[in-house]
Amino acid sequence: MSLLDAQGISKSFGGIHALDTCSISVEQGTITGLIGPNGSGKTTLFNVMTGYERVDSGQVRFKEQAITNAPPDKVFRLGIGRTFQLTRIFPRLTVLENMHVAVQRNSLKGLFSRWSSAHEQKSALELLDFVGLTSLKNLPAGNLSYGQKKLLEFAFVLIAEPQVILLDEPAGGINPTMINYLTERIRTLNQRGVTFLIVEHNMEFVMGLCDKVMVMHRGAKIAEGSPAEVRANPTVLEAYLGD
Amino acid sequence: MRMFKETSLIFSRQLDRVETLGRYTIVRRYGKMVGLLALLAIAIVFPLVFSNSEETGIALFALIFAAAVTGWNIFSGYTGYISLGHAAYFGTGAYALAIICQVWNVPAGYTPFLFVPVAGLVAAVLAVPVGWIALRVRRHTFVVITIAIFFIFQLLAINLTEQYTTTGSLNLPIPVDWTGDFYNIPFYYASLILLLVAIAISWWVRNSKYGLGLLAIRDDEDRALGLGVKTVPSKLAAFVISAFIVGMAGAIWAYYVFVIYPPTAFDATFDVAFVLMAFLGGVGTISGPILGALLLESTQQYFTSVLTQNGGYYLIAYGALFLAVILLLPRGIIPTLSERWARYQVSRHQSLQEHDAIVTALPTPDGVAENVERKEGINL
Repeated sequence: MSLLDAQGISKSFGGIHALDTCSISVEQGTITGLIGPNGSGKTTLFNVMTGYERVDSGQVRFKEQAITNAPPDKVFRLGIGRTFQLTRIFPRLTVLENMHVAVQRNSLKGLFSRWSSAHEQKSALELLDFVGLTSLKNLPAGNLSYGQKKLLEFAFVLIAEPQVILLDEPAGGINPTMINYLTERIRTLNQRGVTFLIVEHNMEFVMGLCDKVMVMHRGAKIAEGSPAEVRANPTVLEAYLGD
Repeated sequence: MRMFKETSLIFSRQLDRVETLGRYTIVRRYGKMVGLLALLAIAIVFPLVFSNSEETGIALFALIFAAAVTGWNIFSGYTGYISLGHAAYFGTGAYALAIICQVWNVPAGYTPFLFVPVAGLVAAVLAVPVGWIALRVRRHTFVVITIAIFFIFQLLAINLTEQYTTTGSLNLPIPVDWTGDFYNIPFYYASLILLLVAIAISWWVRNSKYGLGLLAIRDDEDRALGLGVKTVPSKLAAFVISAFIVGMAGAIWAYYVFVIYPPTAFDATFDVAFVLMAFLGGVGTISGPILGALLLESTQQYFTSVLTQNGGYYLIAYGALFLAVILLLPRGIIPTLSERWARYQVSRHQSLQEHDAIVTALPTPDGVAENVERKEGINL
């Protein structure tokens, strides 16, 4: 079953067509890779699917329900989590406080519940343990290293138990040991039923992890298939190496 | 070296456990509570010790401003949206109480204090449409818009009060029974109660899930939105809560000064004062704005009364003091001190660890394995 769908999405900034009737579909329970040269529209597609950009035309659907142009908070509450290419955490909050941001109540109820309630504290600590940041829990998140910030962002998205997670270059700028660590964590979560859509330039990472890979070029999908099929596809090579 | 790192990690975890259960936390927690109670006791007995009206006058102004800045901080400190127009709600509270007293013929004495929350509510209600418009923009644009709205309020105070006054000035009832040094006492305690209410609200918000959402907005609003924080209603609610408190402060101030004019009730220097006081003490903390207000307002009042005889030198002294603080403690007193304290604690822990590493037995193999795995995640 297709969990997250983008149908015929177009989006332009000024005269640049970032997305040109782009359609992709993410199957439930898969780890799907999204690759393509720089400027091919991958991040714009993420922004459109998570409500950060409005579409010019086209439709986004999650579990058969239209979520086109829904605001980011609504998209997240429906069960779609994402991380950013340039990691975005809350630098002046502690690591533990960061973990609690995503467990929100509606405004009024939130005023009458402590952020550090015992039950949520427990799941936050479990997740910190899962990504190996427990011992840093009381530090301001801004003091973490780049890789640790990536893990933190990953963990605080997980706390709301999203059904699908969109990762924007999770392996960018971090060392190989950490990449292995991340790969293993993604696999574990996938076995527990979480669907992933991953934008990444590190081919080794994508090919080793993903069940299915989609290739974008000039704002549209040009190929799709298993890692091996995509690697052998001449159109893909052409897109990467130039016309 | 590697071995040392691993063992020290284990010890830091043990210390962690001690910290959550041990004597140290108990001492710290109760020490804090005792300290706060002592401060409260000092605040309560202050007018009994320093009873002449000059001293209580300075003190009550400091309390009014501490309450107002605490209110300002709930919005601007927590969300990071710096408002340079909160004097608009101070003035609204002042005018609201004056008009209430005139229209309902409220007698002088303790009764006007009962209408202070009503005046605060008036300010809060007016803050709803204002916040709704102003909060559509961020950062510098937001600051400019709050200033513009402040001046609109000041003009409205002149124009909308035509049925009560021709110049925009309003009189409040004067409690003639309160004579001599006693005059300031009811105002002092009313201000103290308001400050306690403001602190309670500030503390409550800071420790709630809602407050965490506000702090997340301060750090990265769009990221917070993408994690399900309803940023628009959250910001607006904080704006309204803070206008409510600032409005009440304005109301008590108005009753104390008993004649208000648009330029005194809607005073642009209050706008600046709120921001300066909060930044001096530590913006976004609970205690910082209070400390900043108590320090700045009392020195200002003191300089005004003492140095004015020597021809306005107080302004220079005031400016010099402020300059010194900005240069030496740019982040505010409370954050700077608490960071120094944390650093001192860390250095003490480290020496403790080295001591423990010698006396304690070797860790279990299980513990080592756990930490090696942990290390992978951390030291990258």
